[in-house]
Amino acid sequence: MSEVIVVTSGKGGVGKTTTTANVGTGLAAMGKKVVLIDTDIGLRNLDVVMGLENRIVYNLVDVVEGNCRIKQAIIRDKRYPTLFLLPSAQTRDKSAVNPSQMVRMIGHLKDQFDYIILDCPAGIEQGFQNAIAGADRAFVVTTPEVSAIRDADRIIGLLEANEIHKIDLVINRIRYDMIKRGDMMSSEDVVDILSLPLIGMVPDDENVVISTNQGEPLVGSNTLAGKAYQNICNRVLGREVPFLDLEKGVSFWAKVSGIFHKS
Amino acid sequence: MFKNLLKRKSSREIAKDRLKILLISDRVNCSPEMMEMIKNDIAMVISKYMKIDTKTMEIQITKAGSKGRGIKNPTLYANIPILDLNHD
Repeated sequence: MSEVIVVTSGKGGVGKTTTTANVGTGLAAMGKKVVLIDTDIGLRNLDVVMGLENRIVYNLVDVVEGNCRIKQAIIRDKRYPTLFLLPSAQTRDKSAVNPSQMVRMIGHLKDQFDYIILDCPAGIEQGFQNAIAGADRAFVVTTPEVSAIRDADRIIGLLEANEIHKIDLVINRIRYDMIKRGDMMSSEDVVDILSLPLIGMVPDDENVVISTNQGEPLVGSNTLAGKAYQNICNRVLGREVPFLDLEKGVSFWAKVSGIFHKS
Repeated sequence: MFKNLLKRKSSREIAKDRLKILLISDRVNCSPEMMEMIKNDIAMVISKYMKIDTKTMEIQITKAGSKGRGIKNPTLYANIPILDLNHD
């Protein structure tokens, strides 16, 4: 019944952690029992994005090494009764955990949670191998930039080579004003290049920075990004939701200048 | 026509074109030059039997399993417009 999703990208800084936090929070808000696992050992971030950094006692490495039980390491998010976080270790490195240990740990979590969402580190080394080891499906996060798309393509190849065939694309930081004047690839362009099904289109929204500052995921809020993440959650649950009309989020002046650029 | 001469390619189109070429060589681990050589060789062989449009023909290598399930190996696709089937 439970589904294990790895959120990955190859390139760093494209929004893996933000996506993990918001999709996880959104699913929990809809009543699903969710655990988020930060697999970036040595550079943990999901805890701060979730606003749970002060509550960490044990971490992923402690669980794997048997210093504590899984239950002791998992933090319950007080805002949502069905949302949990397993933080990463900050003072160890990626060799502290191996893929078979991850598979075993996820196996234990599977009968307790509806969704297990793994936040993958950047890169294609052991941290990536650990994160994907127990996954049923993957979200590949990219931005509409050449470097991020190139890395995404490489990651897709590696996921397929590791027998993960259910792969969906999340395009992040879309700027409709730039697309309109021909200075940014559209989501259609990115889908065309990577030939993957699209599960999310998230606009470049300053509210994401604000929500990260506050440690409160913005999914479900009345912001463009909040709605975009909410839509991803609905699609995860198998509901068909139309993609956001990003033009609505563009200011009047951006539209006016768009008209001039066109002619 | 003037418009086309004056109008520079948008950065969006440049990005798309560059990525398409780059990913083909990334996926197969061979250089764009080598892809060009393969394309020319294919064109030469087919030209023995029929008249083809070598200017618009395209070859492409798709990554494992991306098109259709169960295909594990990368696949070479060639799109070769035929101008005349009865070549002599």
